[in-house]
Amino acid sequence: MMLDRRQFVQQLLVDRGDLLVVPGLGSATYDIAAAGDHPLNFYLWGAMGGTTMIALGLALARPERRVVAIPGDGDMLMGLGSLATIGVKQPTNFVVVVLDNARYGETGMQASHTDAGVDFAALALACRFRQARTVTRIEQVAEVRQLLHAGEGPILINAKIKPEDVPRVLPLRDGHAIKQRFVAALNAV
Amino acid sequence: MHSPADIATSWPDAIYAHFRRVGVRQVGYVPDAGHSRLITLCQNDRQITDVVLTTEEEGVALVAGAALGGQRAALLMQSSGVGNCVNMFSLLRNCGFPCIALVTMRGEFGEFNPWQVPMGTITEAVLRLCGFLTYRVESADAVDEIVGAGCDMAFNGDLAIAVLLSQRLIGPKQWTR
Repeated sequence: MMLDRRQFVQQLLVDRGDLLVVPGLGSATYDIAAAGDHPLNFYLWGAMGGTTMIALGLALARPERRVVAIPGDGDMLMGLGSLATIGVKQPTNFVVVVLDNARYGETGMQASHTDAGVDFAALALACRFRQARTVTRIEQVAEVRQLLHAGEGPILINAKIKPEDVPRVLPLRDGHAIKQRFVAALNAV
Repeated sequence: MHSPADIATSWPDAIYAHFRRVGVRQVGYVPDAGHSRLITLCQNDRQITDVVLTTEEEGVALVAGAALGGQRAALLMQSSGVGNCVNMFSLLRNCGFPCIALVTMRGEFGEFNPWQVPMGTITEAVLRLCGFLTYRVESADAVDEIVGAGCDMAFNGDLAIAVLLSQRLIGPKQWTR
């Protein structure tokens, strides 16, 4: 069993409240946009490998808020060292949800390392994450949402999604505009 | 007052004083001999969250996230680390995030290790190509003024500023058996 990426992300972000979301470049950003544009999404169109560290800086700056990084598997692979860095800091308000289709979707669906069995959940636990698990069924989304909003971090969820091509949903692309909108919304709540 | 001998060894204290003055709250670094005193000062400060990185590019993303959350952050790295950051620097330029980077130089004055030279000799040019304004510090008594100006420019102007602390200032790495 594998997840439908759009259905999973849509249900993951239902009733998101004041959750701060950092989607990784490529399909992750399109999925989060498809779930509904929100000023507390810091969309990325580049900076591959940096999604989790942007979220860490944010989580350390705002310990009273919940922060989720949502990279694809290629993005997470490029920033694997960040799992060790996050494991050192132990931010309790921090969650990573990897959208893992075991493919590089932007470049032609070439197999990624996870296709050969590299396991993010095991890596996260080895890096001192408090909780890490792999989910494959949509029935598990409620427990993931519970972890997202109330679990003691750092937490990593590896969401196994189907390697399918879905229509692109393109959000705001101007980096200054994305930043200004995010900061204004964060400080308004 | 500081004697000249004090200034020669206490320039990291001048950098730290500016971190306090402008309200730096996060400091990202990869352990470095040249920055060891400054790193210890930051680690011992309860107002500063020190974040030890596996690679310097993590620090660029950290700075961006801190700024989103309303905190000021600084990066400490060695010249070789600048090369590890190049693509991630695009985040600063695309979004206009402030960044103050303190770069200890290797591969120049008194260097014993030729492997440091290729990156050390292009560090300043690389930073400029990536959108940084760069300032070199050659002597300990100039650290205070230059780092102070750099911090103000970064955080008042949302600019990417790099202060290059020359190897002549830091002293060549001591090669011990």
